[in-house]
Amino acid sequence: MADVSMSDGAGRAGRRLPPVRPERAADRRQLGYVGAVERPLSLWERLYGYAWLRRLFILVVLAVAWELYARWINNPLMLPSFSEVVGALYEETVHGPLIDRTFTTIQVLLIGYSLGLTLAAVLTTLAVSTRLGNDVLSTLTAMFNPLPAIALLPLALLWFGLGIPSLVFVIVHSVVWAVALNTHTGFMSVSQTQRMAGQNYGLRGIRYVVLLLIPAAFPSILAGLKIGWAFAWRTLIAAELVFGVSSRSGGLGWYIFENRNQLLTANVFAGLLMVIIIGLLVESVIFRTLEKHTVQKWGMQN
Amino acid sequence: MLAHAPEGRTSTAYDYTATAGRQHGQETPVLSVEGVTLQYKTKDHLVTATYQVGFDVHQADRFVLLGPSGCGKSTLLKGIAGFMKPVEGEIRLDGKVVDRPGPDRMMVFQEFDQLLPWKTVLENVMFPMLVSHRWGHKEARERALAAIAKVNLTKFHDVHPHMLSGGMKQRVAIARAMAMEPKILLMDEPFAALDALTRRKMQEELLLLWDDLRFTVVFVTHSIEEAIIVGSRILVLSPHPGQVRAELNSHEFTHAHQGGTEFQSLQLRIHEMLFAEDFEPEAAEVRHG
Repeated sequence: MADVSMSDGAGRAGRRLPPVRPERAADRRQLGYVGAVERPLSLWERLYGYAWLRRLFILVVLAVAWELYARWINNPLMLPSFSEVVGALYEETVHGPLIDRTFTTIQVLLIGYSLGLTLAAVLTTLAVSTRLGNDVLSTLTAMFNPLPAIALLPLALLWFGLGIPSLVFVIVHSVVWAVALNTHTGFMSVSQTQRMAGQNYGLRGIRYVVLLLIPAAFPSILAGLKIGWAFAWRTLIAAELVFGVSSRSGGLGWYIFENRNQLLTANVFAGLLMVIIIGLLVESVIFRTLEKHTVQKWGMQN
Repeated sequence: MLAHAPEGRTSTAYDYTATAGRQHGQETPVLSVEGVTLQYKTKDHLVTATYQVGFDVHQADRFVLLGPSGCGKSTLLKGIAGFMKPVEGEIRLDGKVVDRPGPDRMMVFQEFDQLLPWKTVLENVMFPMLVSHRWGHKEARERALAAIAKVNLTKFHDVHPHMLSGGMKQRVAIARAMAMEPKILLMDEPFAALDALTRRKMQEELLLLWDDLRFTVVFVTHSIEEAIIVGSRILVLSPHPGQVRAELNSHEFTHAHQGGTEFQSLQLRIHEMLFAEDFEPEAAEVRHG
């Protein structure tokens, strides 16, 4: 049969056919120069595979550059060297007020963050259950999301006075819209098939939200939590820079402000470093762990 | 006589004469669909998906809804599942009107993401059993393990779905549905997204499972070949809107008969029913062996 079609084709001018070649079959051969089918990686290859090790390397390079530049301009008032800052950080943590200040800040932050999350949860639950709730959420987020929390600080001071309530107010504002927006987007993008599967099992109402929508939308929710955390952290430090807490101990922002007034630049840097360290810790320890045990394990994120 | 002699268990033509007492009219159907018209809204149209469709599905039927795209077969299945309410007619399951989704009609979808990615294979199979409160935790676990063993995935019971291939995911979905012991199993083109080899294997496995458990299934497909192999009875639907063209028997055909003359003549007959009026030629899937 094949012959017939081939001679047909060859008959037409300009239509070439591939040459007919003999068939071939081969036995398995030994591997040549490429070596083994599988071999362990070298020590260097393995070390390079660790993300934290690569990051540590980058940090070391940055620290060295800082140290060299600071020594070169030799002006500790403007730019203390890395070693001076590390020394100040140690001094202020062990003997000074830094730990105390950090603790105050984190306390306020946690209050604001959890209040913000609760409010966001209520808003999104309303938004997925009723059409009006949906409109309320999208209108409010459209209005307030672009409004920097710090711009509300004067108003907060007017309403709540100097003190923690004002700080909590601006933190809640910075958290709630980002988290609500992300969570809602996550809920909306749960696939139709998964929704139908859930309903097929007879899931309805709050059980449907808790057992199906929340885990299915978890990548977006987690992204919202991260963004909310970062917003809250920044807002709080900024707000503390504007005014210290009236009571005995202010927070980190106030600490930075105080030390700048006294021209203790190394301490200012120590305060900033503390802000960075806590930010890094939360991001790379808490959120990373959460990610690893949820969305990554589930294959919803690589 | 059949063109090809049955060989082995996979290719057995099930002996329907043995069920002597079971003749049409003596038994009440598990599912009865009467004059059902289904409509859905798109952004700017009201579409009539099926128009006055009626059929009965009996115990242990492998009932296939067959038709080209646009014949409303998937919509019809959604109606049976309770995701859509008919604007006309009635869908009854064991005599009770279907008005909402429920675990007595387990659905297997075409899409692989029907498995919940945050649960392992075992947890996925257990999940509907637990949320419907029909079984306790321990019993659900045992049942789930048994169902997973039935679809040959025991080795993988502890992994998350993203580690599985498409065929394995569909097998988990089938195990999950089966473990619930639904009154009726609804399958919406479950093998359409699989490659041809896996698809054939899955069809064989489904038939083996049916032989073992004798569940009742409504199976949606647009492949005439698949309909004849998987189905024991085929409802042929014509498109725009979906209407019943014919209801045919195909209980005597399995993979082994493929290419046989009777198989081919049935295939051709259905093909002519569907495409004589030349609705949508691109949906044609007949292989002239």
